[in-house]
Amino acid sequence: MKGSLQTQTIQKKIFSWNRLLKALMTVLLILFALYMILPFVWMISASFKTEKDVMAVPIEWIPKTFNLNNYKRVLNIDTKSTTNYHFLLAYWNSIQVSVVSTLCSVFSAALAGYAFAKLQFRGAKVIFIIYLAQLMVPSQLTLIPRFLFFSQIGLNNTLSALILPKIVSVSATFLVRQAYISSPTELREAAKIDGAGEFLIWWKVMTPLVKPTLAAVATVEFLASWNSYLDPLVFLSDWEKRTLPLALNQFIGTEVTQYNLIMAACCLTVVPVFIVFLFGQKFFMKGLTVGAVKG
Amino acid sequence: MRQKKKQKDRIAYLFLLPSMLGVSLFSLGPLLLSLFISITDWNFTMGFGNWNIVWLDNFIALLTDEWFVASLVNTLLITLVTVPVGLSLAMIIAVLIDSFCHKKLANALRVAMYMPHICNIVATSTVWMALFSAYGPFTQLVRSLGWGNPPKWLASYTWALPALMFVIIWAGLGYSVFIYSASLASMPKEIYESADLDGANGIQKFLYITVPQLQPTTFFLTITGVISSVKVFGYVNIMTKGGPGSSTYTLVYYIYTSAFKYYKFGYASAIAMILFLILLIITLIQWRVNREEA
Repeated sequence: MKGSLQTQTIQKKIFSWNRLLKALMTVLLILFALYMILPFVWMISASFKTEKDVMAVPIEWIPKTFNLNNYKRVLNIDTKSTTNYHFLLAYWNSIQVSVVSTLCSVFSAALAGYAFAKLQFRGAKVIFIIYLAQLMVPSQLTLIPRFLFFSQIGLNNTLSALILPKIVSVSATFLVRQAYISSPTELREAAKIDGAGEFLIWWKVMTPLVKPTLAAVATVEFLASWNSYLDPLVFLSDWEKRTLPLALNQFIGTEVTQYNLIMAACCLTVVPVFIVFLFGQKFFMKGLTVGAVKG
Repeated sequence: MRQKKKQKDRIAYLFLLPSMLGVSLFSLGPLLLSLFISITDWNFTMGFGNWNIVWLDNFIALLTDEWFVASLVNTLLITLVTVPVGLSLAMIIAVLIDSFCHKKLANALRVAMYMPHICNIVATSTVWMALFSAYGPFTQLVRSLGWGNPPKWLASYTWALPALMFVIIWAGLGYSVFIYSASLASMPKEIYESADLDGANGIQKFLYITVPQLQPTTFFLTITGVISSVKVFGYVNIMTKGGPGSSTYTLVYYIYTSAFKYYKFGYASAIAMILFLILLIITLIQWRVNREEA
C-alpha cells in the first residue's frame, strides 16, 4: 500500500517536471521563431515610419502613427515628387514572367514525365540519363551562353529571355514522373482498349490523377521565378522590362539612406508572396518534401 | 508490328519535344559552348567569332589570380560554415518542436521560420543591410548585450563574411527544419518506446536514435545545402559587392563581374568550369552514396 503511494508521488513529480520542461521549451521555441521573423517585423514597422524615426534609439517595434506616405511615394500616388519608380509596371512584368514560366515548365514537365513513366520507346534509357545529368548544370553555369544565344537572336532585354529557358525544369520533370509511375496503369489500358489516342489518355485520364503534384511543382516554380534575381539582372536593361526584384534593386540604389521608403518598397515585393504562400502552403510544402523524404 | 513500334517511338518523342528542346538549347548546349569559350581569350567587346583558342591559359591564369583564389576560398568557407551550423541548428529545433510543441503551434512555428526562404533575396538583403548599419537594430542589440563598440559589420574586412554567413544560415534554416520535421513525422515510434523501457533519457534518445535515424535526410540536406551555398550570389551582390577588398568575393559573383562588367567571357567561362567541376564532384559523391544505400 505504502509502496504504491510512493510510486504515485514519484509519477506525479515526473509528470509536473515534464510539464514544466514542455512549457519552458515551448516558450524558448516561440522566442526563437520570433527572432527569426524579427527582420520582417522591423521591415513592416519601418515602412510606416518617418525618415527621422526609422533608426531611433530605442527601437519602436510598433510605430506611434501608421502613415501611408512611404507607400504613396513608392507607388507614385498623389505626390508632388517627379521621380516615378514604375513599381506597378514591375509588378505587371513579374506577374507575366512568373505565370507564363510556371505554365510552360509544368506543361513540359507533365509531358516529359509521362513519357518517361509510362511510354516505351527507343533510347529511353539514354535520354533519361542525359536528363539526370542536367541536374548538375545550374542556371549560373549557363549564363554566358544563354546571354550569347539571346543576343544573337535579338531577344536580350525582353521578358522572353526569362521565360524561354523555363520550358525545361529537370527537377519538376522528375517529380511529375514519380507521380505518374505511382498512378495506376489499368486506367490507361482501359482507355486504350476504348481506342483513345496517347495524347487524349495523357490529358484526360492520367494527368487528372497527378494534379496535386502538378500544383506542388507549380507553386515551387512560381516562387522561384517570382524571386529570380541573377537572370533578370543579366538579361534586362530597360526600365520598362524590369521585374520586381530589379525594380527594388534600382530603388535601393537611388534612395540609399531613406530606409523608411526602402522598407515600404520591400514590403510591397514581399507581402504578396506571404499571402500566396499562406494560401498555397499545403501544396508548397508537399512540393518540397516530395523527393526529399523517403518513406 | 515494326511500323507500330516506330509510331510508338514517334509519339513518345513528341511528348519529349518541348523539354528536349529546352535541354539542348538552355542546358546541354550552353554547357558545351561554355567549355569551348573557356579555352578562348574571348572578350565580348571584340565581337562574335573574334576569338583565339588559348587552350589552358585561362585556367593557368586563374591559379595566380588572387581574386579567384579569394573567391574560391570564401565560397568554400561559406559552405563549410553555413551547412554544418545550419543543419545542426535545424535538427535540434525540429526535434524540440516535434517533442515539445502542440501540433498547431508546431506548424505555425515552422511556417514562421520558413518565411525568410520564400522572400526575394533583394528584399531580405536590404532589410539585413539596414539591420547591420551603424544605428541599425542588429548593431543596437549587440551593443545592448554588452559589446560596447561593435564592428561595422558589412564594411569590415574581418566581419563582412561572417555577417553574410549569418544571413545565409538565417535564410536557409526554415527549409531544413521543415524537411527534418517531415522526416521525423514518418519515423517509427516503437524504437522510442523500447528506449523508454530501457530508461534512456531525452539526450540519449536524441544522440543514439534520432540522429542516426535522420542520417539519410541529413545527407540529402547536406548535398542540397552545399550545392546552393556554392552558388551564392544575390546576398553578395546586394550587401557587399564582394568587398571590402576581396573579403566576400564568391565564385558566382566573380563569374558575374568578369563576364558582365569586364566582358571577359573566356576567363569567366573558365571560372564557370571550375564551378561545374565542384558540382560534378558533389553529385558523384551523392550518386555513390545513394547507390550504396539502395
